[in-house]
Amino acid sequence: MELDLTKAKEFYSKMLLIRRFEERCVEFYSKQKIRGFLHLYIGEEAIAVGIMNALTPEDAVLATYREHGQALAKGVSANSIMAELFGKQEGTSRGRGGSMHLFDANTRFYGGTAIVAGGLPLAVGMALADKMMKRNRVTVCMFGDGAVAEGEFHESLNLAALWNLPVLFVCENNRYAMGTALNLTESETDIYKKAASYKIDSKQIDGMDVVEVAKAASRAVEDIKDGKGPLFLECLTYRFRAHSMFDAELYREKVEVEEWKEKGPLVVFQKRLEEMGLWSEMDVKELEDEIKTIIDEAVEFAENGTLEPIEDLEKFVYSEVSNG
Amino acid sequence: MDNTITYREAVREAIRKAMREDERVFLIGEDVGNYGGSYAVSRGLLDEFGRERIIDTPLSESAFTGAGIGAAMNGMRPIVEIMTVNFSLLALDQIINNAASMLHMSGGQFNVPLVIRMATGVGNQLGAQHSHSLEGWLSYIVGVKVLTPATVQDAYDMIGLALSDPDPVLVFENSLLYNSKGSLDTKSTPIPIGKALVHRPGKDITILTYGINLFKALEAAETLAKDGIDAEVIDLRSLRPLDDETIMKSVAKTHRVVIVDDGWKSGSISAEIMARINEQAFYELDAPMARVCTLEVPLPYAKHLEDAAIVQVDKIVDTTKKVMVQS
Ligand SMILES: Cc1ncc(C[n+]2csc(CCOP(=O)(O)OP(=O)(O)O)c2C)c(N)n1
Repeated sequence: MELDLTKAKEFYSKMLLIRRFEERCVEFYSKQKIRGFLHLYIGEEAIAVGIMNALTPEDAVLATYREHGQALAKGVSANSIMAELFGKQEGTSRGRGGSMHLFDANTRFYGGTAIVAGGLPLAVGMALADKMMKRNRVTVCMFGDGAVAEGEFHESLNLAALWNLPVLFVCENNRYAMGTALNLTESETDIYKKAASYKIDSKQIDGMDVVEVAKAASRAVEDIKDGKGPLFLECLTYRFRAHSMFDAELYREKVEVEEWKEKGPLVVFQKRLEEMGLWSEMDVKELEDEIKTIIDEAVEFAENGTLEPIEDLEKFVYSEVSNG
Repeated sequence: MDNTITYREAVREAIRKAMREDERVFLIGEDVGNYGGSYAVSRGLLDEFGRERIIDTPLSESAFTGAGIGAAMNGMRPIVEIMTVNFSLLALDQIINNAASMLHMSGGQFNVPLVIRMATGVGNQLGAQHSHSLEGWLSYIVGVKVLTPATVQDAYDMIGLALSDPDPVLVFENSLLYNSKGSLDTKSTPIPIGKALVHRPGKDITILTYGINLFKALEAAETLAKDGIDAEVIDLRSLRPLDDETIMKSVAKTHRVVIVDDGWKSGSISAEIMARINEQAFYELDAPMARVCTLEVPLPYAKHLEDAAIVQVDKIVDTTKKVMVQS
């Protein structure tokens, strides 16, 4: 993976899009246009952008309830995501999913799973289907460090390794599961070591550095497509915001958050570009304007969206196709 | 073509036929391959279809059920076998939060064409962790369909029906039925999902049941006939969706109802059926409805205790007579 000006712009603007999109979400949450649980990804943008860079449109992604960033990076439109958050028919899930359940068939984005670790078995099955049908594509499964304590994590890793499946497990280790620090819940806090115990090639990387994530992801996806079976990336990161909009953040010190902010993905990337002499070539103001336009448009799209008619409420409980 | 085979063979033949006709179909579960299925349903299939399509799994109900869901979302037609319904509890998260919710949660984008087969049933002295009938309880879940084949014909037909359905279908095979024999017509058109079947027409009272209790109910009906009571016996076949139409039609004809259900009374499928009859056909009733269920105890091991806890023919006979007397 070559980091030239074009790639640099792409990475920076994607991370910035996620950041600004979510900041706007906070605004609309305060205005009560967005309701329900809202989990922000701010601070973790480098992971989504770095991982998705390695994928083709044919590759599938499964994520958790903190998935705005992954969805945007996979190419789900800001319009449809915002419309979903506003509960509109034009949303990714016709207003039935909300922030925690974004789904998009066009970009092969499979959610949006709010049961911690619940997506891992699905990813195993998606990859199994690809292997059985001899389709050379990858399923990426993203989850938090909290998922590691669930049985499904272990069951799924075992199956993926046993069956040599084309799946990339990406653990976004932001050190907390809601308010509980990893060292209070895990005897082994180096998560990649758990994956290794299932004979899965696994690495711990700096999840704040989009370039490092992108490189590791490209290598991993290439290896998986070469038939090397499942791979595991533990991306060390931090969320700058509360767990959700309801979290009073009693479990961590403000200084810790501030320290991490200095290591944030946008800051780190700017420094890297400065060192490479590319930063001066970037017109950040222009990028900000472009992103503002995209988000303004998304908000307008969402505002103008329609509400799913109540008569359609019971649609999609079962498929409409009938087999007689 | 008409021939007599066992319920077990009927299920196996249906799986074999589906696998021959559609390369997307595969069987996955504990001991389905080398062992031949814990109830020997899949015996021989490994030889015919190989390890790629008859997949032995570790003891990981949640992961292999979830893998079935994921594979279904990605174009396959998996048949997941769960050894017994008791173990499906470890996969309930996947069944409810993923399989049953996916289509709706994704705004209609991702359906889950998945079949989950489970053995169910009571009466083998297996104790509380191996012999419950939770199909009524699982039929509470919106987004899945629940089938309970009682006959050899249904054991065969329902696998095909479930596989061609675009949504997740749970098929409950009563383990005590596997050795039962019946005739199978592989050329007949299957009765669709959601349709109940009047097995024995009658005019005095309706006995609603499903699964193995169909045979207990039919036996009871023969005894009752000797006392001049002409019972109509209905095999529900499908617990979700329930066939309200057939139920209400029968109630309108006999005006009396007994429900025979392998589940515990409280919150059971029989409770649901009573509620529906109350809502839809109350004025047709000539007597309070009654039901025969499993006693509200975790199933005991000792034979006499187990027998006392579960549905028996004489309990059906007694209950039916009581209802007749009340009207
Ligand atoms: C099975 C399950 N248990 C509990 C919860 C409640 N819950 C929601 S998010 C969360 C923390 C998960 O932390 P982690 O996996 O590290 O992800 P993060 O929120 O840090 O992105 C918990 C406990 C849940 N959603 N699912």
